[in-house]
Amino acid sequence: MHVCTILPISLTVGANRILPGVAIPYPTGNPALSEGEELKLRKKMMLKALTALSTKINEQTAF
Amino acid sequence: MGQQRVVHYINQFFGQIGGEEKGNQTPIIRDGAVGPGLALQKLLEKDATIVATVICGDTYFAENTEAAIDEILQGIKKYEPDFFIAGPAFNAGRYGLACGAICQAVKDNLKIPVITAMYPENPGAELYAKDVLMLKTGNSAVAMKDALSRLSGLALRMINGEELGFPEEEGYIPQGCRVNIWAEKTGAVRAVDMLLKKMKGEAYETELPMPVFDRVNPAPAIDRIQDAVIALVTSGGIVPKGNPDRIESANASKYCKYSIERIDDLTSQEFETVHGGYDPVYALQDPDRVLPLDAMRQLEKEGEIGKLYDYFYTTVGNTTAVSNASRYGEAIGKDLLANGVSGVILTST
Repeated sequence: MHVCTILPISLTVGANRILPGVAIPYPTGNPALSEGEELKLRKKMMLKALTALSTKINEQTAF
Repeated sequence: MGQQRVVHYINQFFGQIGGEEKGNQTPIIRDGAVGPGLALQKLLEKDATIVATVICGDTYFAENTEAAIDEILQGIKKYEPDFFIAGPAFNAGRYGLACGAICQAVKDNLKIPVITAMYPENPGAELYAKDVLMLKTGNSAVAMKDALSRLSGLALRMINGEELGFPEEEGYIPQGCRVNIWAEKTGAVRAVDMLLKKMKGEAYETELPMPVFDRVNPAPAIDRIQDAVIALVTSGGIVPKGNPDRIESANASKYCKYSIERIDDLTSQEFETVHGGYDPVYALQDPDRVLPLDAMRQLEKEGEIGKLYDYFYTTVGNTTAVSNASRYGEAIGKDLLANGVSGVILTST
């Protein structure tokens, strides 16, 4: 599964399971948050990524 | 300039040996022009003479490529050719592959200019068009007359040492070369001109065609993610501090694989990014912001996945050619499969 901030790029290159990232320089983080909050956000994103991997899809899908 | 000596390559069908049943024909070399070579000779007129014609069965060439190339190279040397023409092969797959392969071999070994012609979707085009000049033709021999007239025209100009123009003007398959030219208008003006034409619905020609990307069917869902081995891959340029394998910050020539066994968190003391295409400040402070190892390690401990694979794969996706990136992707995919990984989280910046 592809974590990518610019969704159209991910769609163009043909990724099938897509999770939008937070921002280009920190797709799986957010420097505005406290360290604890940031890790929480990252875990939440990764749980979503795991859900995507275990979900049956028939076409390109953004989660 | 004196008369140039040309050798022409054709298959068993155009060489009038026979059809598919004669596909196993080993290379034959005849003096002078044969088959389509006769018409080609007329078009080449006095500037060039087809001194010999190589005829080879498509199946023989496909199944014994190295031997066929050796035999042909040996056989045509004594004709001391100045120029080599193969085909046209139209959309005949094995014939196209043979034309591409023999042209490449002649160019590399005899150091003479070569040209072939085929339909752009012939598999020979995909494989050899980058190195071998290939004229675009229609998809069947119905297009023979047109193909030969353009083929001879281009060949004559090459023989006379003329520089060829752009692929669109000359009708050959683009070879991916970049050349400097003088343009009357700056890039910005040309881009706006193009945009205005596009908005008006007028015809315009892009200066940079977008690459065609593969489409693949979605992989099946992972059944029991709690037991699965999951790997992390990134094009965000995360590497061990010091970039031990010197991955380039743009147009990366490789991907690398690094161990994360027993690492719970990527720290700025041990990891960094070498990607040259985004502001690295945030990833340098905490590389987990690009390669989410800390979160995945915790989820592994909490039993959300079976195991986090012991290595991560990394490259720099910054102006990296699609062809190279595809190659890295295929190699990484093979390695992951061989190591029992069933799911991948790929982050890109």
